Amino acid sequence: MFCEKAMELVRELHRAPEGQLPAFNEDGLRQVLEEMKALYEQNQSDVNEAKSGGRGDLIPTIKFRHCSLLRNRRCTVAYLYDRLLRIRALRWEYGSVLPNALRFHMSAEEVRCLKDYGEFEVDDGTSVLLKKNSQHFLPRWKCEQLIRQGILEHVLS
Amino acid sequence: MSEAYFRVESGALGPEENFLSLDDILMSHEKLPVHTETPIPRLGTFFLDRSGGAESDNAIPEGSKLELPLWLAKGLFDNKRRILSVELPKIYQEGWRTVFSADANVVDLHKMGPHFYGFGSQLLHFDSPENADISQSLLQTFIGRFRRIMDSSQNAYNEDTSALVARLDEMERGLFQTGQKGLNDFQGWEKGQASQITASSLVQNYKKRKFTDMED
Repeated sequence: MFCEKAMELVRELHRAPEGQLPAFNEDGLRQVLEEMKALYEQNQSDVNEAKSGGRGDLIPTIKFRHCSLLRNRRCTVAYLYDRLLRIRALRWEYGSVLPNALRFHMSAEEVRCLKDYGEFEVDDGTSVLLKKNSQHFLPRWKCEQLIRQGILEHVLS
Repeated sequence: MSEAYFRVESGALGPEENFLSLDDILMSHEKLPVHTETPIPRLGTFFLDRSGGAESDNAIPEGSKLELPLWLAKGLFDNKRRILSVELPKIYQEGWRTVFSADANVVDLHKMGPHFYGFGSQLLHFDSPENADISQSLLQTFIGRFRRIMDSSQNAYNEDTSALVARLDEMERGLFQTGQKGLNDFQGWEKGQASQITASSLVQNYKKRKFTDMED
């Protein structure tokens, strides 16, 4: 059956005791997206065959895959949304200084510095010197503003 | 921390599940028996012992009896039953409904479910002729059991309630826990602890910071 990996993500989060944030399952998420890509491509091909090849009998199959795509989407969005709720709760409880143990559980984004920005202080007190073309590994929520301002460029790996 | 974390609640007892609710996603993963009303090509690999083989384009044959998760059954069902028709799981059929009406309290609903009420409510989407009886049965079963759940949640302060809770379905367990929390909060208030600021339970779990108790 499809969507097994997506269910794993949901169960992982459901199992975590009240409000605690487990590590971000990047690999699991990647697998779900891959399954979605495969389902979508198979359906595209079958839709063409149904339309031009007269294979109307493929419609139940197409529907089956479509339901699986919707299910994968639901699980992914619910996974991310629930993590968001937990992170928000952590922010409310901890204030702006996030313990390292939690920080490592969140996805981080790689950024490249586009201009000489100078010293940049991350919330735990460590400073990063943002010189032109230097690359850094920073938490997503911290870089977002600077990316918006054109100071940092998000490097996708 | 649990005070600040507000998870998306289940909507399964109402007309529709909540899209973002983890509880509803888990509930709709449970399976129910269906019959295919038409062949479904190219998916025979999922049900190898029934697959029609290469000549049928690897189809799941028409008239196969399968167990599918609720989410899939809902997605493939339509009122003309062109792709599949749905059978009621035993616990929602007449036999078990009679058992529930005799004494709802003795049944282990966790074993029957564990989302007995939620799953049963969502079953109503399949337009069974027994829908009216199913919904009555769900309601009466709950009414029969509710009193005992409420009483024990209010009168079991610091006792081991695991034996009772084991036989409750997920929705009932939620109710029980809410009752217990109310009881514990009340006891705390009686002792004058309500005005005392303490470290958040999440912070204590991560062992990072300690607040000194402050009393008014």
